[in-house]
Amino acid sequence: MADILAFAETRDGALRPVAGEVVAAARSIADQMQGQVLALVIGGPGSTEAASDLARYGADRILVAEDESLSLYNPDVAVEMVASAVAGATPGAILFPASAQGKDLAARVAARLDVALASEVTEIEVENGQPVVTRPMYGGKAYGRFRFLESPALISLRPNVFPASENPRAGTVEALASVAVERKTRVLGLEKAERETLDVREAPVVVAGGRGLQDPDNWKLLEDLVDALGEEATLGASRAVVDAGWRPHSEQVGQTGKVVSPGLYFAVGISGAIQHLAGIRTAGVIVAVNKDAEAPIFGVANYGVVGDLFEVLPRLTEEIRAVRGSDG
Amino acid sequence: MRTIVCIKRVPDSEARVRVSADGRGIDPSGTKFVLNPYDEIALEAALQLKEEAGDGTVTAITVGSDDAKETLRSALAMGADDGVLLRSEGSVDGLTVARALADEVSGRQYDLLLFGKQAIDDDNMQVPAMVAQMLGLPCATVVVDLEIHDGVATAKREVEGGHEIVEFDLPGVVAAQKGLKEPRYPSLKGIMAAKRKPLEEKDIELRAPKIELLELTMPPARPEPQIVGEGPEAVPELVRRLREEAKVL
Ligand SMILES: Cc1cc2nc3c(=O)[nH]c(=O)nc-3n(C[C@H](O)[C@H](O)[C@H](O)COP(=O)(O)OP(=O)(O)OC[C@H]3O[C@@H](n4cnc5c(N)ncnc54)[C@H](O)[C@@H]3O)c2cc1C
Ligand SMILES: Nc1ncnc2c1ncn2[C@@H]1O[C@H](COP(=O)(O)O)[C@@H](O)[C@H]1O
Repeated sequence: MADILAFAETRDGALRPVAGEVVAAARSIADQMQGQVLALVIGGPGSTEAASDLARYGADRILVAEDESLSLYNPDVAVEMVASAVAGATPGAILFPASAQGKDLAARVAARLDVALASEVTEIEVENGQPVVTRPMYGGKAYGRFRFLESPALISLRPNVFPASENPRAGTVEALASVAVERKTRVLGLEKAERETLDVREAPVVVAGGRGLQDPDNWKLLEDLVDALGEEATLGASRAVVDAGWRPHSEQVGQTGKVVSPGLYFAVGISGAIQHLAGIRTAGVIVAVNKDAEAPIFGVANYGVVGDLFEVLPRLTEEIRAVRGSDG
Repeated sequence: MRTIVCIKRVPDSEARVRVSADGRGIDPSGTKFVLNPYDEIALEAALQLKEEAGDGTVTAITVGSDDAKETLRSALAMGADDGVLLRSEGSVDGLTVARALADEVSGRQYDLLLFGKQAIDDDNMQVPAMVAQMLGLPCATVVVDLEIHDGVATAKREVEGGHEIVEFDLPGVVAAQKGLKEPRYPSLKGIMAAKRKPLEEKDIELRAPKIELLELTMPPARPEPQIVGEGPEAVPELVRRLREEAKVL
């Protein structure tokens, strides 16, 4: 019997999309380990109210530290808060989202508690009452299965892989006392991207463009498709166009960009170099549009259209608008 | 500016990965190994900081096998002043590597500890923040911009949907994300000079790992690819399959 601690990430007093995924995954392993799910929320004003929603995904208890001074993630503070929550609970596992914040914090907690961490996990099983995890390595070119030799097992979950399934529990909200720590890292602010779109790692649908688009102005074609696909969709890019300065590298998909797992991925004018493929191996359905029938992207795409993207894309956008419109 | 850059030898991003016969690792035969691309960026940042400051040192440290000497030489060829090989078996547990690095640097003088954000073999993204925690140092990971003035570092971190700006007093830890700097190619002169630069070798024993790799396998196969058709005429059929077959629209 062991409880599971789930770190539920917030921003601006609201839960991040990954929070539900992490709590739902914790619920599923807690059931197999006959334990409770303790969700942990650290954030600014509004967090307590937002956190109560975690009951839906299966949190038995919700520990919240809410304070103006916690609005922005501070690693020095967060690591001590997690440590204090752990001291009161002795969990068998601690789950984090494999987000920028979650990965930073998970590594700090691992060193703080002196236990191992498995990052970017895509599957958790429970064997003999212990979590066994699977995670892509070598840019997704191989998968490793790991077991932990000490408790708690620290695990960060790849966003968009674990479903945020509902499984309601009591979700008693309790205030977590803040801990006094020296802030060696001073967080000055958060600059938000101009267009408030979903991050390429969080979006359920990604429309990615490559050098085949020929000019940054042609991104309008991809933006139109994103628009047609609705608010779940966002833009991605190959490294070639990021290096050319056409797109910000926060959009880069691949081994040295972001590894994405959307349900639907469009690769438009992208050849499918091995480093790009490394970033999309855990994507659901891959659609490729490329004029070169020999392009390696067609070797992994569920569906391919061979053709000139300048002709195919407008038609695709139009068709998708039509079918989505008819759904009402 | 005295910086220490932690670097790792990894299979080239181009490399095809094969699982070894015992299923516990990769088969390295025929694989080209390189300096981890993010560590190259970290090293470039260190070199530029030294150049801007007009004085200082850049030390490259790696935990690895004898083969990692080649990687240290690449770092020296780019411009690092000296290299340190902490010779040991590898480990799947980032914590053990972090411990070894923390132990090594705690005996040294430095202003900044630089890392890559991630090693592209284990893809852990752990070691930098672990070392910072162990040494009680301030730390910024996934850094795309870094400035240092009067002993204070200001770093821009890439986070979902934006950037976080953090600041800390030196010494501290920074882990480089792509975009921080564009790594230089070693010059011929650099390559020649590297041969004469100091390269210290120490045998170390890594602490026992707290996680065990049970099995390494090839990724699950993707569904058989289908070409739906050619040109814009194929679009209605594509959309139909996305809706009816894949049910993603
Ligand atoms: C260390 C390292 C790390 C790397 N990491 C990454 C990474 O993380 N992500 C990444 O993406 N790459 C990465 N790369 C780069 C990678 O090797 C490729 O160079 C890159 O992915 C190519 O981008 P691309 O597909 O946009 O361009 P190209 O390879 O030039 O492909 C363009 C494609 O567009 C098609 N095309 C052209 N015109 C049209 C048209 N009118 N209609 C339809 N199709 C058209 C062409 O047929 C071609 O297939 C890395 C490389 C290295 C060395
Ligand atoms: N064996 C090692 N020797 C030296 N530095 C390492 C080693 N492993 C990881 N690092 C550093 O830690 C960073 C992150 O690695 P990782 O946490 O393994 O993804 C790398 O980019 C290196 O800077």
